[in-house]
Amino acid sequence: MTTSLVKLSGIGKCFKTNTVLSNIDLDLRAGQLLTLIGPNGAGKTTLVKIVLGLLDADTGHIVRHPDLRIGYMPQKLHIDPTLPVTLQRFLKLAESDSALCLNAANEVGIAHLIELPLQSLSGGEMQRALLARAILRKPNLLVLDEPVQGVDVAGQEALYRLIGALRDRLHCGVLMVSHDLHLVMSSTDEVICLNQHICCHGHPDQVSNNPAFLELFGSKTAPYTHNHDHQHNLHGEVIGHSSDSHHAKGCQHD
Amino acid sequence: MIDVLLYAILAGLGVAAITGPLGAFIVWRRMAYFGDTLAHSSLLGVALAMLLSINPTISVVTICLVLALALVALQQQQTLASDTLLGILSHSSLAIGLIAMALMPEIKVDLLSLLFGDLLTVNTHDVITIYVISAISILLLIKLWKPLLAMTIHEELAKVEGVPTTAVRTVFMLIIALEIAIAMKVVGVLLITALLVIPAATARRFSNTPEQMAIFASLTGCLAVILGLCASWFVDTPAGPSIVLSAGMLFLASLTKKN
Repeated sequence: MTTSLVKLSGIGKCFKTNTVLSNIDLDLRAGQLLTLIGPNGAGKTTLVKIVLGLLDADTGHIVRHPDLRIGYMPQKLHIDPTLPVTLQRFLKLAESDSALCLNAANEVGIAHLIELPLQSLSGGEMQRALLARAILRKPNLLVLDEPVQGVDVAGQEALYRLIGALRDRLHCGVLMVSHDLHLVMSSTDEVICLNQHICCHGHPDQVSNNPAFLELFGSKTAPYTHNHDHQHNLHGEVIGHSSDSHHAKGCQHD
Repeated sequence: MIDVLLYAILAGLGVAAITGPLGAFIVWRRMAYFGDTLAHSSLLGVALAMLLSINPTISVVTICLVLALALVALQQQQTLASDTLLGILSHSSLAIGLIAMALMPEIKVDLLSLLFGDLLTVNTHDVITIYVISAISILLLIKLWKPLLAMTIHEELAKVEGVPTTAVRTVFMLIIALEIAIAMKVVGVLLITALLVIPAATARRFSNTPEQMAIFASLTGCLAVILGLCASWFVDTPAGPSIVLSAGMLFLASLTKKN
């Protein structure tokens, strides 16, 4: 068995009289990619905050690995335009060594933006910047709150691939919150479907056929398989393709 | 006669040194209204000092700090929007201060100098107080610089990365309270926020890093103090408003710089 990083048992949380979470059991392990899905108001963000230690649970208990180091990627940054801060400076808040910052930026594919003001980054670039900051902490657990939000579909796939690759390299556990079922299903080890309690959990294929899941999301949103035989770089150009830049026959998305 | 001007300039520069970096944080964190609310409450601090015959600096700092912590607690309840809450407290505390002053007829206060500053009456003791408090505040701010910057960008991210956010926020409130206590003498209760916000906004167009912006804001504040006092000296305008107007003019001039 791999090491348990964070183990929740019987976690419950109320805000005033409103129960947001009840009886949540969760075991996050090293190397495991676990995705949390659920409708709005299902308590996804609350659960993430409890795992992060930003909120205390009302009931239940949490066991954290003694050497737990969390790399956190929040949903969004709202930086006032009056704050003059470059991407490099943003990364240096987590790690003072410039070379390591450049490495991290390179790993997520934004090294060429390092001198630019943070506010000038696009949605996809900003998500990558947040991811770079998270991995600079040399985490054994990555917590990603809607990591692909505000990113176009091609960019989302690339970002999920990147997260998978980072998981393999750092051998860290990943807890990810997501809305979009299609993309998540193919890139995760385990899915937890949350609606204030755990409706169902397990391997993506099992979950997508589970009656509780279908009731919550409807059968139309069941995952489909998409044969994408090429990749796009950050500028949307096709890369990594054998012959030329045109789409191959197998591609069905145009 | 000239030493009056010298003292005034010294006092003004001492205050401008801390309002630069502090004002930058106020602007980045969008806390101008928050600062205004605390500044207004300082009038109550002065009234309390007179009533209890204690040092006004201490009572102003205490009142500001208590109000700041109460505000943070109330904001976390989220029953009212932040700006509504600040609007209520800002003017209520100003009103309490004014009424408290009026209820103490045995003590003669120059209300106008409290509201708009009275830089030309500072003495050696005032100048020393200003420099001691300003130095303490600057040292605290340098110490807190990195965690405060991380919190300004994303508070929860900073907390996950190990920043003791509650402690940092509390010390930051203390620095604001200290600054208000010394800036009252320079521009008065009603104009303190101007001294924080205008130089920082002016410095923005010339800065590429947070540190540059803080230093340029201090320098802009110093220039505004000198220009304002010159106007006050030669044209006999009130000192506090002249300093604020100079800062405003410098801001206007900065707009001509192309980005």
